[in-house]
Amino acid sequence: MSEFNIDTVENAGATPDTDLPWAELGLKQDEYARILEILGRRPTAAELAMYSVMWSEHCSYKSSKVHLRQFGEKVTEEMKKDLMVGIGENAGVTDLGDGWAVTFKIESHNHPSFVEPYQGAATGIGGIVRDIISMGARPVAVMDPLRFGDIDHPDTQRVLPGVVAGIGGYGNSLGLPNVGGEVVFDSVYQQNPLVNALAVGVLKHEDLRLANASGVGNKVVLFGARTGGDGIGGASVLASESFDDAKPSKRPAVQVGDPFAEKVLIECCLELFHHNLVEGIQDLGAAGISCATSELASNGDGGMHVELTNVLLRDPSLTPGEILMSESQERMMAVVTPDNAAAFETVLSKWGVEFSWLGEVTDTGRLIIDWDGETIVDVDPRTVAHDGPVYERPYHRPAWQDQLQSAAFRTSAAAKHLPATAEELGQAVVELMSSPNMADKSWVTDQFDRFVGGNTALSQPDDAGVIRVDDTTGLGVGLATDCNDRYAYLDPYRGAQLALAEAYRNVATAGAVPLAVSDCLNFGSPEDPEIMWQFAEAVRGLSDACMQLGIPVTGGNVSLYNQTAGRAIHPTPVVGVLGKFDDVSRRTPSGFQRWADGQAIYLLGTTADELDGSEFARLRGHLGGQPPAVDLEAEKTLGDILINASRDGMIDAAHDLSEGGLAAALAEMSLRFGVGSRTSLHELCERDGVDPFTALFSESQARVLVALPRSEELRFTDMTTARGFPALRLGVVDAESGGIEVTGAFADGSFGISLDELKAAWSAVLPSRFGAVEG
Amino acid sequence: MSAETPLIAGDPTPQAAPLSGARIGVVTFPGTLDDRDAARAVRLGGGTAVPLWHADESLHGVDAVVLPGGFSYGDYLRAGAIARFAPVMSTIITEAEARTASPLPVLGICNGFQVLTEAHLLPGSMIKNDHLKFICRDQVLRVENTGTAWTSQFTQDELITVPMKNQDGQYVADDATLKKLEDQGRVVFRYVGESPNGSRNDIAGVTNERGNVVGLMPHPEHAVEAGYGSDDATGLREGTDGLTIFTSVVSSLTGGNA
Repeated sequence: MSEFNIDTVENAGATPDTDLPWAELGLKQDEYARILEILGRRPTAAELAMYSVMWSEHCSYKSSKVHLRQFGEKVTEEMKKDLMVGIGENAGVTDLGDGWAVTFKIESHNHPSFVEPYQGAATGIGGIVRDIISMGARPVAVMDPLRFGDIDHPDTQRVLPGVVAGIGGYGNSLGLPNVGGEVVFDSVYQQNPLVNALAVGVLKHEDLRLANASGVGNKVVLFGARTGGDGIGGASVLASESFDDAKPSKRPAVQVGDPFAEKVLIECCLELFHHNLVEGIQDLGAAGISCATSELASNGDGGMHVELTNVLLRDPSLTPGEILMSESQERMMAVVTPDNAAAFETVLSKWGVEFSWLGEVTDTGRLIIDWDGETIVDVDPRTVAHDGPVYERPYHRPAWQDQLQSAAFRTSAAAKHLPATAEELGQAVVELMSSPNMADKSWVTDQFDRFVGGNTALSQPDDAGVIRVDDTTGLGVGLATDCNDRYAYLDPYRGAQLALAEAYRNVATAGAVPLAVSDCLNFGSPEDPEIMWQFAEAVRGLSDACMQLGIPVTGGNVSLYNQTAGRAIHPTPVVGVLGKFDDVSRRTPSGFQRWADGQAIYLLGTTADELDGSEFARLRGHLGGQPPAVDLEAEKTLGDILINASRDGMIDAAHDLSEGGLAAALAEMSLRFGVGSRTSLHELCERDGVDPFTALFSESQARVLVALPRSEELRFTDMTTARGFPALRLGVVDAESGGIEVTGAFADGSFGISLDELKAAWSAVLPSRFGAVEG
Repeated sequence: MSAETPLIAGDPTPQAAPLSGARIGVVTFPGTLDDRDAARAVRLGGGTAVPLWHADESLHGVDAVVLPGGFSYGDYLRAGAIARFAPVMSTIITEAEARTASPLPVLGICNGFQVLTEAHLLPGSMIKNDHLKFICRDQVLRVENTGTAWTSQFTQDELITVPMKNQDGQYVADDATLKKLEDQGRVVFRYVGESPNGSRNDIAGVTNERGNVVGLMPHPEHAVEAGYGSDDATGLREGTDGLTIFTSVVSSLTGGNA
């Protein structure tokens, strides 16, 4: 029946000297030698296809594994108490109480989004959402940390609109609110945009599912979209190599998404879970059927026998190897008992989802794949899924790191004329807020549905996205993702900790108790020892900080080879923190409320002279020195204060200080609802020994601004005093003035910024580059 | 399992005891997204939400029907074009057009509105927004017709704020149809302020001649519960202006305001 010659196991045994294209499939010489050793013969073409994708950097974590172990090792019993499923499954699962659990994960789709922005970003959402379904959960929200090149670079003009439309086009069609993320512009991401996607799902404890093929005689079924030629080599060729202008287009390696198929698949899977019709389930993402069969088999009873001609195809000319490698989207594989097969078919028919029974679970310890009755794969599935190569890649601190760290902002030419008068400082605040990274991002976020589901309590631009899980109790979750790549470039160890500290602070600022961490580690080529050092340092820093904060990493993703023509991105360890609300109606918004006239504004935390790597330094074109100091004990105390204040209803607004420091926080709290403020820097400057410029633009950590009714001031300051945490009254909310007024030790009085003017400058930045959206 | 399997799948929320006997069907097509939200809005409005499945012709004796938002069948052909031919729609069309004293009240929200125009229960059509992008924002509307089954509890020309989110929201019709709609007072909701999508005459929602069928692009079902609604003067997500749509229909069905 086949139009091509099938390379059977028998044939492989008989023709040991046949040349196979292992190098073209991305395998190294020693890796190929290991495959020969494992099999005791040459692999068949189909086996070679499987090993090549599963042993790719993207699927096997071969360069990162030795470092990632720390996330599992630096964990206390206390950190594990809420953890139901840890690293290694499709996504980690954390107990929420009341029989509820939550699962979340961040992944990257960087390389596909550069090649084909719309489809790359769209299928990034699709893939992470299927990971969440695979755990038995209903997906309830997504977030997108995005990084692009310089806002005025032509490549950004090409990539950003497509990425945003792709995330919207796919995510909006799934009925998942998009509740946050990041949009960062920096020339280091030119030709290497970072498109990360986070999804979160909720489930009842009894609905938890794992990717296991257990129960000899149980049936293996593939369902969802048909298998086509798209995405072949996506994991091995696209995601595990650097870009180079000399190579041909990699567009065919990008998958194409069908959000309607995914939406139907979500509802279909949830109904299967509801009726308890699947024993094990695995989504098909990177490496497609190769990954699903080998992982299901090696996590279960160890064997599986599959007939590959049963796979429903979009393109009948695909070879067995291509079918095994295809990364066609919207597909799932499940293990079903023979007794449940009829009921399974009924549910799939109801939703109009196609399926094909591929084979069954065995106890042979072998994954056997037949093509029209002839065996083309006969392997120990563990050797494919888990026993891939592990590299101890050499790494060393770059020679330029010391020089970079000694080039502090204060002593640079960029700091020669710093704003000092009231007028200069006021102008600097406007300049800061109308810079691309601080500007209004609603051009992006207004293309995403944040309302669907009716459970969104907070979304961008608030500090965290907040989603209600249970209608009756108000139980819910808060989520934030953060990373300052400039800090991570100056010091990867501290930079990763600062990313965690900020995400932790954001979640706590909204009022949620931080519970778990997911990370997306975006770096350059691991074959460069200096990049590998950045990676090793970031993992060490992040794992140490998780231990100190007492929250575990439950899963994540590593994206390497983010470099083009030898130029790597800044180390970008994006960190997502998930927190829990007993009642999300207690969440704290980030802006001054319209009815909050006269409320007191307090600054929590202390300010030091920390401008290296800051947004102000970026405005002056400077990057050097040491990133801000990390104080995780202070972050914890601050978090506790904010969580208690939210629970007890003491505060009406809270916003963390991060990029842009106090100046940005004051501006953002006013811009949120168009409500102004009057503050004074006198006491702050005196207490912390800083000048007004530093007070406004330093990026010292563990700081938050809050607004609270005067009736709560005493109770609130009693709490901060009892915890020994610095709190300083800066001023009041002024709902009438329509401006931000700041007094301080300036020679020329105070400065005032009209909110209308600030808003006009702040909100014009993205539309002026990417086209106006009405309204 | 039959086609009657509950489709507002996995919603664990126990239903509050309904305040009235009004049973309001919420249709799920493949690709429908806002069915659970619409069911919640019906409950909060005092009715009982009854899930209806696209492939089932029976309306299970409901007193009114909501066609919720989403991307039915992916909307790859034209928004609402395939859903219009679903078995459930043939019954809805018949009952909405029935020459009885009280024809079936039908509300189409967003994709549901698109389905209603495709089904010719409402005039006009929706094309891509004039700026060609998906847009999600809080939208101010003016309620210009309080004579329909779904708007009876608003006051004439009341301004309301509800979320809006769509890609194909530009309402178009020929001049004669627009004139007829305006002359007969059948524009139910109109956008206030800058147009979000280029709709003719800033039309956000219309009704049929008898006032039982209403379609609108923005989403009243997303503004029914304080804390999860639209942003308005009262505060962050405090807006519940959309709830009046659902209390209106419950009231008209139970004789309170018919």
